[in-house]
Amino acid sequence: MKTLRLACASIGAASFLIAAPAFAQGASGPVKIGLMLPYSGTYAGLGNAIENGFKLYVQEQGGKLGGREVQYFKVDDESEPSKGTDNVNKLIKRDNVDVLVGTVHSGVALAMAKAAKDNNTLLIIPNAGADAITGPMCAANIVRSSFSNWQPGYAMGVVAAQKGIKRAMTITWNYAAGAESTKGFTEGLEKGGGKVIKDLNLPFPNVEFQALLTEIAAQKPDAVYAFFAGGGAVKFVKDYAAAGLDKSIPLYGPGFLTDGTLEAQGASAQKMLTTLHYADNLDTPRNNAFRKAYALAYKAQADVYAVQGYDAAQILANGLKAVGGDLAKRDQLAAAMRKTVVDSPRGKFTLSAAGNPVQDIYLRQVNGNNNELRSIAVKALADPARGCKL
Amino acid sequence: MSTATFLVQCLNAVQYGLLLFLVASGLTLIFGIMGVINLAHGSFYMLGAYLAFALAPWFGDWFLTRLVVGVALAAIFGYLLEWVFFSFLYERDHLQQVLLTYALILVFEELRSLAVGNDVHGVAAPGWLAGGFHLGGLMEYPWYRVFASAACLVVALALYAVVNRTRLGMMIRAGASNRDMVRGLGVDIRRLYRIVFAGGVALAALAGMIAAPLSSVYPGMGSSVLIICFVVVVIGGIGSITGALVASLLVGFVDTFGKVFFAEWSGVGVYVLMAVVLVWRPEGLMKRGF
Amino acid sequence: MASDAALVDAHAEVGALPDIGRREAGGWLVPAAAAVALAALPLVVSPYAQDLIVRIAIYAIFALSLELLVGATGLVSLGHAAFLGIGAYVTVLASGDSGASLALLVPLAMGGAAAYAIVVGALILRTRGVYFIMVTLAFAQMAYFVVHDTKAGGGSDGIFLYAKPTLAIGAQTLLDLGQRLPLYYTVLVMLVLTYAFIALLLGSRFGHALAGIRVNEQRMRAAGFSTTPYKLAAFVVAGALAGLAGLLLAVKDGAVNPELLSWHESGAVLLMLIFGGIGSLRGAVLGAVAFTLLKELFQSEALLGSLASHWQLTLGLTIIAFVAALPRGLIGLGARVRDLARGRAAGASP
Repeated sequence: MKTLRLACASIGAASFLIAAPAFAQGASGPVKIGLMLPYSGTYAGLGNAIENGFKLYVQEQGGKLGGREVQYFKVDDESEPSKGTDNVNKLIKRDNVDVLVGTVHSGVALAMAKAAKDNNTLLIIPNAGADAITGPMCAANIVRSSFSNWQPGYAMGVVAAQKGIKRAMTITWNYAAGAESTKGFTEGLEKGGGKVIKDLNLPFPNVEFQALLTEIAAQKPDAVYAFFAGGGAVKFVKDYAAAGLDKSIPLYGPGFLTDGTLEAQGASAQKMLTTLHYADNLDTPRNNAFRKAYALAYKAQADVYAVQGYDAAQILANGLKAVGGDLAKRDQLAAAMRKTVVDSPRGKFTLSAAGNPVQDIYLRQVNGNNNELRSIAVKALADPARGCKL
Repeated sequence: MSTATFLVQCLNAVQYGLLLFLVASGLTLIFGIMGVINLAHGSFYMLGAYLAFALAPWFGDWFLTRLVVGVALAAIFGYLLEWVFFSFLYERDHLQQVLLTYALILVFEELRSLAVGNDVHGVAAPGWLAGGFHLGGLMEYPWYRVFASAACLVVALALYAVVNRTRLGMMIRAGASNRDMVRGLGVDIRRLYRIVFAGGVALAALAGMIAAPLSSVYPGMGSSVLIICFVVVVIGGIGSITGALVASLLVGFVDTFGKVFFAEWSGVGVYVLMAVVLVWRPEGLMKRGF
Repeated sequence: MASDAALVDAHAEVGALPDIGRREAGGWLVPAAAAVALAALPLVVSPYAQDLIVRIAIYAIFALSLELLVGATGLVSLGHAAFLGIGAYVTVLASGDSGASLALLVPLAMGGAAAYAIVVGALILRTRGVYFIMVTLAFAQMAYFVVHDTKAGGGSDGIFLYAKPTLAIGAQTLLDLGQRLPLYYTVLVMLVLTYAFIALLLGSRFGHALAGIRVNEQRMRAAGFSTTPYKLAAFVVAGALAGLAGLLLAVKDGAVNPELLSWHESGAVLLMLIFGGIGSLRGAVLGAVAFTLLKELFQSEALLGSLASHWQLTLGLTIIAFVAALPRGLIGLGARVRDLARGRAAGASP
């Protein structure tokens, strides 16, 4: 009997917990934005930067988008794909958000995309680069303000071919982002007459690279393309230099290899070339103003993630303006979001039919603690969106 | 694979294995002597790494001093932790130990996040160990890795000496085989446990400190090392330090050469090794003992 | 007969410890009433709450399967999530692009999990105590790495279930698990069936043998009882039921991920058991409810503000406090309160 009473009490408490947020909302009013980002764990810094960028734009519009107030709902996705569906359902079904914004980790983003498709909720992805999202999983109500894994890789491959690289090796973790990035590089390189002689990979998130570095030394390629992020990026670049390989075999990679990691990588990353759709020192009025405003508001330097968050808000704002702030016109809103020209700190870009930015990819070089712009690697690069039926 | 490459890969395997041994020896000691399953052991490894990062600005190139200070701090921490928390676990059954130490991991991770944040940090190798030696035009083998292997070997020898040649070691071995008898003979078993626990923590932390320049410092580094250490302890035999050494080296070789030859399945390789050992010797390679 | 004598002997020892087969307060009425209440809930609660209940029910099945191993047989497994994950992955892989019938998926998922359980069980059931716990963990990790690293498993991002299973006879679709209510009731029915099955199993000769093994395996063996086949059978049945939970989870989420096989998941289900109270089927269900709600609570920004992002700390401390103070779980809460009220030391026989 005691257990029955306990059970009833807990169910009662739980129902209140679940129902409470629903009671709080009115029928119309503010735009409900669901932010599903990593607020804990390795990617917490990225999640915060994205949110900061997003809110900065909204603030610049006077706190309103399309003439309506904005209300935020936040869920910490912990970069855990296994909890992705549950977490996104909290926003869609519990909080009844109008727009979903998220996330960093591709695996979680795929879950979000699936849920957004199933429930016809608008989704703006401010980072996750999984090719599938603007590939087989593409949908009219899903857009991305960041990049696809293929884009920086392809651009790097083009640059490598231009530098006369004939034999290259790739190395990455054994997961989708790594595979897609190296595939992009391979395509870009082969288009320019080069060849990838071997693809090395190791299980994610293993960072014992010694065995593979030895293999690279044995094969003596003209260049190496590496995709790692976070702690793995730090360790790989350091290990590569420690093995003396940087003296004879240039190391290339997408910007993630050196973004946010330069302080830790120190001397080992100097002079490295990377490609990304953003460079910190892009000397345009738009970027300078953005960086100044960001530094003023958050006492920190803006990075590519902040830009992606900022642009996510822009895309939404442009769409809402086009439909006069009427959220009921969901399909028109989605279409309007697709058709915008985004005046981004990275430069102006448009969205492809599949929902991915068509943008310039920059070539940057590490100098001190900065990734400095050298040139434009590829102009207005569009992701091929293979498998997208839109 | 050329001879030069093969030799280098062997060096890699040994270095990885020895570092693993340092962590696993602490785990097997705690297991073997006190019968406590400690899932939080990986957190002590992480503690060492973060200590290396935190102490770096204060000690600069005085690397060995930094190691000694770090180990001392970790030992004190271990002593206190045993007194405050772990001593209550001995009476409890294994399930409760698993869960309590699992909860401890959660707490440690969050405390770490609150104290130093979630960023990845680099720790520089000391100046006098920078650079490497050339391996016949193939590549450079960093001096620091040689130092790491050597340091682990020295610790292994010291551990052997302490356990087999000192009074403390004698009490440890006695306590492992029959703790009630030892208590009956007047040895303060509680203090003995505390010392052993502090020693285990110190070993793991030392491993973390040595590994910090090699693997960088990041959240979650404890979990990855913990599982592999469990495998090492299972293969080597619970409570056996020699077993832990043999098993660590085996795991080092399987992992290193697995990565080169079986890229996709290299993660599974270590577990296949464990399965094979278990079929052959269910209690691990070495019987309980030292 | 030798085996009967052994059973009688074992049964006499069981008395002092919580006996999983012993009648709890209310007998069958309490679980039956709970089931009826759950069946009526969709009329009054929101879709989000229904989702939550389905998730809790699936984890309750998972917890019940582990109860068979831990509570009934005394085998502590830190790798039970492997079977959950195998059931889930088999479901997604067998469904392919066009979906499959539930009649096919249930035996496949349960069979796949059972197959792995037979192989692993045969290898590890000779180990005891701490060893057993560690090898269960290691074999779960093995399965984890197979799905995590190899192309067959789909990699670290997991794979999606594109078409949810249905149950059809000829051209007539009886049950479409892509719809919310059919899924809700299917999961509820599975939970009731699992609970009933395990309860009956434990009340049988087989169950009493397991109890004897839990209490004193050496004595059972000394009396001539061959314990390994029984332990293996329990291990396989537990694995198969976990596979069933995995199937339902895959259907509910529409996606599977290697983290389903991680030791965090295995740890979580053990926590559910200890929350509810080892040695009680109701405890297993109650533990699943309590653990899931507790996590929801700690991660809820609405209720805890900025403390929500530090949920690992609050959860960790709560677990420690709970396990330390309430080793017999919520089920034992009533007895414990009574004991404290009467000034008796904890742990005295109820």
